[in-house]
Amino acid sequence: MHKDLYGNGPAALVCKPGHCLFSLMEQQELIPHLFRTEFRKITAVLCKLFGMEHIEIAEDIASDTFLSAVETWSFKGLPANPTAWLYAVAKNKAKNYCSHHAVFTQKVAGQVQAVTTVEEIQVDLSEENITDSQLQMLFAICHPAIAVEAQIGLSLRILCGFGIDEIAGAFLTNKETINKRLFRAKEKLRAERIPIEFPPPAAINKRLETVLTTLYLLFSEGYYSESQDTVLRKDLCIEAMRLTYLLIENGQTNLPQVNALMSLMCFHASRFEARMNKQGEAVLYHEQDEQLWNHDLITQGTYFFNQASTGASISKYHIEAGIAYWHTIKADTKEKWESILQLYNQLLQLEYSPIAALNRTYALSKANSKQEAIAEAEKLQLTDNHFYYTLLGELYKGIDNQKAKNNYQKALGLAKTRTDRHTIQKQIDQLV
Amino acid sequence: MDEFILIFRHEDGNKVASPEQLQIWMKQTMDWIGSIAAQNKFSGGNGLPFEDSKVVRPNNMVTNGPFGDIKETIGGYIMVKADSVDEAVEFAKGCPVLQGEGNSVEVRKIAKGDGIH
Repeated sequence: MHKDLYGNGPAALVCKPGHCLFSLMEQQELIPHLFRTEFRKITAVLCKLFGMEHIEIAEDIASDTFLSAVETWSFKGLPANPTAWLYAVAKNKAKNYCSHHAVFTQKVAGQVQAVTTVEEIQVDLSEENITDSQLQMLFAICHPAIAVEAQIGLSLRILCGFGIDEIAGAFLTNKETINKRLFRAKEKLRAERIPIEFPPPAAINKRLETVLTTLYLLFSEGYYSESQDTVLRKDLCIEAMRLTYLLIENGQTNLPQVNALMSLMCFHASRFEARMNKQGEAVLYHEQDEQLWNHDLITQGTYFFNQASTGASISKYHIEAGIAYWHTIKADTKEKWESILQLYNQLLQLEYSPIAALNRTYALSKANSKQEAIAEAEKLQLTDNHFYYTLLGELYKGIDNQKAKNNYQKALGLAKTRTDRHTIQKQIDQLV
Repeated sequence: MDEFILIFRHEDGNKVASPEQLQIWMKQTMDWIGSIAAQNKFSGGNGLPFEDSKVVRPNNMVTNGPFGDIKETIGGYIMVKADSVDEAVEFAKGCPVLQGEGNSVEVRKIAKGDGIH
């Protein structure tokens, strides 16, 4: 097994010196693309076949398949159907592995009913089985027994085909940390004997909660990440949306709260291009160029929001999608801010979070008055949060500029990232 | 941290307000609850509509609503988390129900299931 491929992802694959018969450009684009789309499919199908205790063998076979592709295609050129080629090689490698590891095969065969010989082990890479395997893996990885951070890491690796470098980049940490985290998570999956299966109908709602939380965090990781790598951050958001869509495509999981989450993601993602300028600095909402908002995504968000509007219960994703919807309307109307305020009032009753409390207070200043919002803000006392002082700075602006400045200065002292400090400094400079 | 219930008591349950007035009260109530929730001190609550209310007395005697016999009617309640009864009272002071003359908010500590209360 080519352990060296581990965690290097597409980058390592394209760096392989080529005796290329096809252009390097072509190879550079195609292989990472295939890696991203096919690695996760092969891994999910093999995991499902072998069981969670052999998750690493599944990953190794998938990695090894791509290594073969790079080697073979460099000499012989691209096959007519690269995906079919990858699947055929993956199947062979899985069978070879089984025939060389008799004990392993017996164990696996013991799990797969009625399978007795190596020849009978079927690697089913049909579209249907790929989708089923990915969904089942999603439920297995997002099991309540696994720590949320590990769920996100595992999802990125197994379900999204991210390289360790990329995961480390997204979390702003190093490869060793991510490798350790993934290793521990896999140990836990094995120790807890978590089956790769679709939860029984009665358990779907409960299990779905954890899955949706992870997908929500995966999206937020991309949307709010401190990472300067815009492509990577966008990829994270797209992957979270793809996995959510997988749930929508399945009849049993096409539920209102899933559509609400999808709607929320579409509305947020519509502002992706407008949220950062060419220098990589954050652009505040009211300073964003509306022309850069993606109206197709807004339309899709509205579609999923309508789909979500069935059933009797309102999830926090419904409320957040409602808030996100109002943010897709640029005009600063009373109706807009009153609606946002009431949605935050509702959201906070359902689930408190400091950021929702701060956003609610900002909406209050727009819907009611700055004076009322200042009084409310002072009650929050989130004194270790730089957003708290940024909000107070914003509220005092034009009422008491000295207080505004003092609060921004406190925010500056608490801000951890360069981007945040830059944004706050700009506010202070504007006050003078 | 203790839990307190704030009970809204209306002097006259038969009073009819205009839809506009109701809408204003609704917003004020939502903003008031939102303010408590934004401090992470809200733990639940319900409105108690005056329709479909009955009073059951001994000997299977059932009457429509508590109005008429009783001076005060309960219109709803919320439960809050507070370090002391004084903090709960501060929350209660902001309740829009108090804009109605004769109305009141009763603040009561919720017994903990600790076998002492």
